Amino acid sequence: MLYSEKVMDHFKNPRNVGVIENADGVGEVGNAKCGDIMRIYLKIDNDVISDVKFETFGCGSAIASSSMATEMIKGKPLSEALELTNKAVAEALDGLPAYKMHCSVLAEEAIKNAILDYYKKNNISYDHSLFPDCEACGHCH
Amino acid sequence: MKIYADNAATTKMSRKAIDAMLPYMDKIYGNPSSLYTIGQEAAEALMQARGTMAKYLNCTPREILFTSGGSEADNQAIISAARLGAKKDKKHIISTAFEHHAVLHTLEKLEKEGYEVTLLDVHENGIVTPEQVRDAIRPDTCLVTIMYANNEIGTIQPIGEIGAVCREAGVLFHTDAVQAAGHLPIDVEKENIDMLSLSAHKFHGPKGTGVLYAKKGILLTNLIEGGAQERGKRGGTENVPAIMGMAAAFEEACQHREEYAKKLTALRDQLIEGLSGIPHSILNGDAKKRLPGNVNFCFEGIEGESLLLLLDEKGISASSGSACTSGSLDPSHVLLAIGRIHDIAHGSLRLSLSEENTEEEVRYMIKSVEEVVSYLRQMSPVWRDLQEGKREYVIQ
Repeated sequence: MLYSEKVMDHFKNPRNVGVIENADGVGEVGNAKCGDIMRIYLKIDNDVISDVKFETFGCGSAIASSSMATEMIKGKPLSEALELTNKAVAEALDGLPAYKMHCSVLAEEAIKNAILDYYKKNNISYDHSLFPDCEACGHCH
Repeated sequence: MKIYADNAATTKMSRKAIDAMLPYMDKIYGNPSSLYTIGQEAAEALMQARGTMAKYLNCTPREILFTSGGSEADNQAIISAARLGAKKDKKHIISTAFEHHAVLHTLEKLEKEGYEVTLLDVHENGIVTPEQVRDAIRPDTCLVTIMYANNEIGTIQPIGEIGAVCREAGVLFHTDAVQAAGHLPIDVEKENIDMLSLSAHKFHGPKGTGVLYAKKGILLTNLIEGGAQERGKRGGTENVPAIMGMAAAFEEACQHREEYAKKLTALRDQLIEGLSGIPHSILNGDAKKRLPGNVNFCFEGIEGESLLLLLDEKGISASSGSACTSGSLDPSHVLLAIGRIHDIAHGSLRLSLSEENTEEEVRYMIKSVEEVVSYLRQMSPVWRDLQEGKREYVIQ
């Protein structure tokens, strides 16, 4: 099989699908031209992610990566969510095929973008080095 | 319900084809090049199979070359024509933008060797015209290679008319008929086809075997050097069981062709009508000039691989031209060639039917695709943006 059982489970029964109205932070990465877009919505209370939802246009591993990544940051302080790496997401899914690894990168970046959005909206100062430059990723460019 | 709807990828072998193969595995297993009885029996069987293939293509048995399949036949036809052209300083080849990769990649290889390739536009309906071919032919054109019917969107090309244009201009004409053989009436004589490729597993025969028809007098270039098999044009002991299976399957397909085509066309049109009911969906390729079993749609706002995986959950085997299913970042070159933009091409679905599919299955497929498309759209940020007017629909 192309995907692990965990990927198929998160793909078929994705956790945290949906929208948060008036979210505290929204992050979006990817584009329709490349065939995947991920959008993450965060509800943040006292620097803790109290709720998270996602919407994804993409393949099975993109949906599974979004689902797993949102599970991994739900209820976590922002500082911990910022430490989430694409590798950790892929490992939690029992691995992704090599050419699908960019899906886990999208998940990591979407979360970081959502947190960045929250910082910017609330004029909170932040460490720029913690946030990736989308252009740096080879996907789509 | 289990529904196999990917017959353009491969087909289930027919009982007749399997039965035709079996004796050549454990009874008449001799090498056709050997002189003793079971060798000569195998040679005799090969001759019969060659005769069957020739009969239904309307050529002579000597013009049939057994290969490992469609890709090898395409490679050998194109390379042979290119080598013949080079001898006369003719190094220009005409083809189309939506050929199979067995053709396109061979042409790319020749381009690197200094050949010039013109890829004709196939328009939004997925059909190239004989006029385009006529206009593209130059004094240094050595080959026109155009597929009989497209493997993704099923559109049928005006092969007879293109053949006439090529014959008049004195240019060799090859057609990749892998999707057409056994499903459409083919007459190489009437259609002025100089070379034709076909593959057994697309008409309920075994995988790994096919035919290159090459008109008498065309000097073929070997891809495989070896013994004297296939008049010295393809070394290697013939795959006798597979060839016997192919001939049986081809005969069966050709004998029942009209009956199956009638049934399939009705199922196809029913499926097209049903899927057209899904909002913001579009049929790819001409609605009528297409293979009897081919249905290919794009659905806006979703991606094809997730669509396939969820259809598989519902028991349906289908195919898509999305980048994720091709293992590259670009979606299907066929969909791009008919003018579908990337965003839309990622959301494509091909359902290719066989005569074994039923009306009940068609109804189930329509219902399932509707459900899955709607489910995926609900979680798609693209779909949300379209609905909220933040993005414009490409498919109205």
